[in-house]
Amino acid sequence: MKLSTILATGITLSCLSVNALALTIGFAQVGSESGWRTSFSESVKAEAKKRGIDLKFSDAQQKQENQIKAVRSFIAQGVDAIIIAPVVETGWKPVLREAKRARIPVVIVDRNIQVGDDSLFVTRIASDFSEEGRKAAQWLMDTTQGNCKIVELQGTVGATAAIDRAQGFNDVIGKYPNANIVRSQTGEFTRTKGKEVMESILKAENGGKGVCALWAHNDEMALGGIQAIKEAGLKPGSDILVVSVDGVPDYFKAMADGDANATVELSPHLGGPAFDVIEKYLGGDKNIPKLISTTGDLFTQDTAAAEYQKRRLQ
Amino acid sequence: MSQQPQSLSIVNKVDSPADEALIAARKARYSPGKSTNALGRYLWPVSALVLLLLVNLFMDASFFSISYQDGRLYGSLIDILNRSAPVALLAIGMSVVIATGGIDLSVGAVMAIAGAVCAGMLVGGNYSLFTVICAGLTVGIVAGLVNGGLVSFLGIQPIVATLLLMVAGRGVAQLINQGQIVTFQSDAFAFIGIGAFLGLPFPVWLVLITLLLSQLLLRRTALGLFIEAVGCNASASRYLGINDKGVKLFVYGLTGFCAAIAGMIATADIQGADGNNTGLWLELDAILAVVIGGAALSGGRFSLVLSVVGALIIQTLSTTIILSGLPAKFNLLIKASVVLIVLLLQSDVFRQHAQSVLKGLKGGKA
Repeated sequence: MKLSTILATGITLSCLSVNALALTIGFAQVGSESGWRTSFSESVKAEAKKRGIDLKFSDAQQKQENQIKAVRSFIAQGVDAIIIAPVVETGWKPVLREAKRARIPVVIVDRNIQVGDDSLFVTRIASDFSEEGRKAAQWLMDTTQGNCKIVELQGTVGATAAIDRAQGFNDVIGKYPNANIVRSQTGEFTRTKGKEVMESILKAENGGKGVCALWAHNDEMALGGIQAIKEAGLKPGSDILVVSVDGVPDYFKAMADGDANATVELSPHLGGPAFDVIEKYLGGDKNIPKLISTTGDLFTQDTAAAEYQKRRLQ
Repeated sequence: MSQQPQSLSIVNKVDSPADEALIAARKARYSPGKSTNALGRYLWPVSALVLLLLVNLFMDASFFSISYQDGRLYGSLIDILNRSAPVALLAIGMSVVIATGGIDLSVGAVMAIAGAVCAGMLVGGNYSLFTVICAGLTVGIVAGLVNGGLVSFLGIQPIVATLLLMVAGRGVAQLINQGQIVTFQSDAFAFIGIGAFLGLPFPVWLVLITLLLSQLLLRRTALGLFIEAVGCNASASRYLGINDKGVKLFVYGLTGFCAAIAGMIATADIQGADGNNTGLWLELDAILAVVIGGAALSGGRFSLVLSVVGALIIQTLSTTIILSGLPAKFNLLIKASVVLIVLLLQSDVFRQHAQSVLKGLKGGKA
């Protein structure tokens, strides 16, 4: 009696899900290591809800093996498409092959991957990280007339954002003979590490005297760095300029308070474009470029207060 | 050596054989924290620390300069003390848990929960600082007691029982603040992380106070002895009348308490609670600190002071790497190599081998 009830319920449920015909999309997110990442996740979830997509969300806690497991489980569940925001660039080939064999299209968002075989994924939707680095460097060079001793807080070693932002930044300052990076260490994209590393860097650089700017690969590390600069008795924003990438609300507040100088916004609204591409692809249109690129604008202290009010309310 | 007490007691002109036995027993009595080769136990961890500091001396002598500004001491050495505080606190709790033959993998997650609770209360309501701190500590102790209950009363393997909270705890921390990094403006609470008292950063004081109180509690009462007895042989100690379940419950509670303080330091330091990153992987650093301090993971003997030295070694290493200016990609490799060397130096077997190899070399030359 019980068994038949369970069976009946099961059949009804499966019928329902077939009847609904909603897209089921698996999303393997990095984690929620920063404010930006959280708004990215929230934006994707909201967009999915708006479109009636059944989103299977997986938080990998910054570990690739968790992401690979999540992707495998998406394949086992037979989702219609998979979105991956990869933690690191390498090691994706086997699992993407499995997805291809199961005929599940994969869209890469945010960071890059290296697989050698472009047919393993539909497209990659991302900000152009090196362009962000170039924008940040150009602003700094314009502000300091190319005379600057810079300390750098790198992102997680091996992450695309860290590699490309550093590349773009270095390309620009390479043209200015009086500008150079004197210290560079990883702050692992977090506020705690950013603060700890900045503390030590300031001590190694004679208490921060002569350092003209802090260039951080994301806002969280910059915010940690700002605290370290303050505790060292210097004034962030004037004694040491602070420039970074992301555009999280807290950083706009720091800019409005005069503690930070500039940030290149990294749009967290990657969900919409990703779902567009997937719907187009599943609709039969296979003619999709392999890289869809978005780059945000550079914001400075002038508009920071207004932007902070706008973003805080979101 | 075994003849020594007897001859002594004869000199003391003991009347009855019963007294003689008593004095012999007193002589042979286990004196907590003062084992026969105490010097050997302290020698290697402390010399590893000194060696690391010497490396810095040769790299850049300004490493040792300490100045006084804004009412606090300022310098790399102070930074090391300050930055090692969370791991040192975790290591104090961890060494006691490890002494009972257990392990606590959840301390990093408990830090995140305590931090999230405090930040949530500071932002969400009008609570007094005292209430906020008490709430943070209570959460830590409760989390620890949950672990302790699972281990002692339900008999679950410590590594499994605490793994549950290690995984779930971060989820709880994120739930408390809806997955956001909550930042707060409270100078009073921030003092826990960035304040200074008598020139030293406040976290350092918290470590000293916790170390002192734990040392008094464990070494001036029989509790430390009970813990070591349970770690050596839980059933034997039960037959001796030690409440081994109670002891285990207590040590996990203590670890939770230490983790809560560490979590509040980390949260106050950046004036924000980050459920995902507060205390991430610090449980491993804490275990490493205990091991560097010379404790065996199989349980038994422990030393709180040596565990704190272990935490200092780890932090000195991290700071040295940052100061050295080496590319970031070498960080983990250097850390692992140095830890390996420290552990090898502590291994009797390795030292004996090394000695015989050296002797062999000398002999070969001669």
